[in-house]
Amino acid sequence: MKKLAASLHDAVADIPDSAQIMIGGFGGSGAPIELIHALIDRFRATGSPKNVTVINNNAGNGATGIAAMIKAGMVGKMICSFPRSSNAEAFNTKYLAGEIELELVPQGTLAERIRAAGAGIPAFYTPTSYGTDLAIGKPTEEFDGKMYVRERSLTADFALIKAHKGDHVGNLTYRMAARNFNPLMAMAAAKTIAQVAELDVPGTIEPEQVITPGIFVDTVVSVPNPKQEEELVREGAEY
Amino acid sequence: MSDFNVMEDKLANAQIAWRAAQDLSDGSYVNLGIGFPEMIAKFQPVGRDVTYHTENGVLGFGKAPDVGQEDWDLINAGKRAVTLKAGASFFHHADSFSMVRGGHLDLAVLGAYQVAQNGDLANWSVGAKGVPAVGGAMDLVHGAKNVAVVTDHVTKKGEPKLLDACTLPLTGIGCVTRVYTSLAVIDIVDGQFVLREKLAQISLDQLQSVTGATLHIDGTVGDLIVPEDI
Repeated sequence: MKKLAASLHDAVADIPDSAQIMIGGFGGSGAPIELIHALIDRFRATGSPKNVTVINNNAGNGATGIAAMIKAGMVGKMICSFPRSSNAEAFNTKYLAGEIELELVPQGTLAERIRAAGAGIPAFYTPTSYGTDLAIGKPTEEFDGKMYVRERSLTADFALIKAHKGDHVGNLTYRMAARNFNPLMAMAAAKTIAQVAELDVPGTIEPEQVITPGIFVDTVVSVPNPKQEEELVREGAEY
Repeated sequence: MSDFNVMEDKLANAQIAWRAAQDLSDGSYVNLGIGFPEMIAKFQPVGRDVTYHTENGVLGFGKAPDVGQEDWDLINAGKRAVTLKAGASFFHHADSFSMVRGGHLDLAVLGAYQVAQNGDLANWSVGAKGVPAVGGAMDLVHGAKNVAVVTDHVTKKGEPKLLDACTLPLTGIGCVTRVYTSLAVIDIVDGQFVLREKLAQISLDQLQSVTGATLHIDGTVGDLIVPEDI
């Protein structure tokens, strides 16, 4: 197995311009801050990757993580359900200036679109958003007397995710509510890069405790004592 | 003519939340929307066992930890720190929304800009300006077995929030089953508002005058009685 990256720099080295990137996390919990910052470092040093599409529940908070990506000018589009936060200035400024595109997706539909992609399901039906502005232009169908909207699966070129424990074959566990979108995105992206707070040798994580099996993970990078976005926001940190 | 002042004599949000809490069923699984609806948990009647779900992937969470004791990997959908009760569980977002969309939640309580007599809800967008955000509201309204709303009966300008048809962008069609307002408790049955309780001080005529669709009566209308000291 050659899944282990020597550094954060190496882990994100292959992400090209215009890539569609899933980034795990819900608010600050489960956000892979170090991977995001490594990508920003690359963009600042080389001008690439530019014009990327980011898929996340939110659209950044404060001035680190996704907010810092947006502020750096490397994000052309956000696909998310709730681009509001305690400090969403980075996204709001670009959005209101027409400098960033937004695809707004109901939260459960966002999760299911990602799950479907990981499971090889191209489309599915849900009652969510039926009859609302977010269903405009989407096919509908009646099943058992109830109306449903057809939604397409959502894939990505890369997923950046944050796990708690990981091993050299890519098995992952998560910490508390930091799990959120991370296991789904690991399944859905063509290439999944996971930062792990604790890197174990294979066999250390009990098979029964594995939440994301290694088949869904391409690259593992060790990041002991990772930053927590909520704490960074409270400290007023900027990246 | 009643001397009841709708803007001044109405219930406070905490009192509306208290009234909604009285209907929490023992053994139920409940999702409370961010903000005002979250207050309901504070008034959960003693002796009733209610398990709270939050969209980001926790079942069985409790109150906020003491300041300084927060673990920011343990939050609710409002991004606030919470604690765990015995029997709590974590799960990913697709499982979380399977609980919602698969009809496993007994009750979701949401806030509202407008509710229509057929159960249409508008609570996510006030129109074109600003940055739109939807979150899990559109999922909750179609997934939970019962969808209740807690709201002021009228807007800050005194205009009705309960209408024959919503004018703001919809969150869902025909989804609300019960509305707890600052003046009344109203069920939605077969496309009509059915008045169950109202404040004793307000006359039926005055209540109707601040409601944007006909209030129907089916049997007795009870007095809406809540503690004054909350």
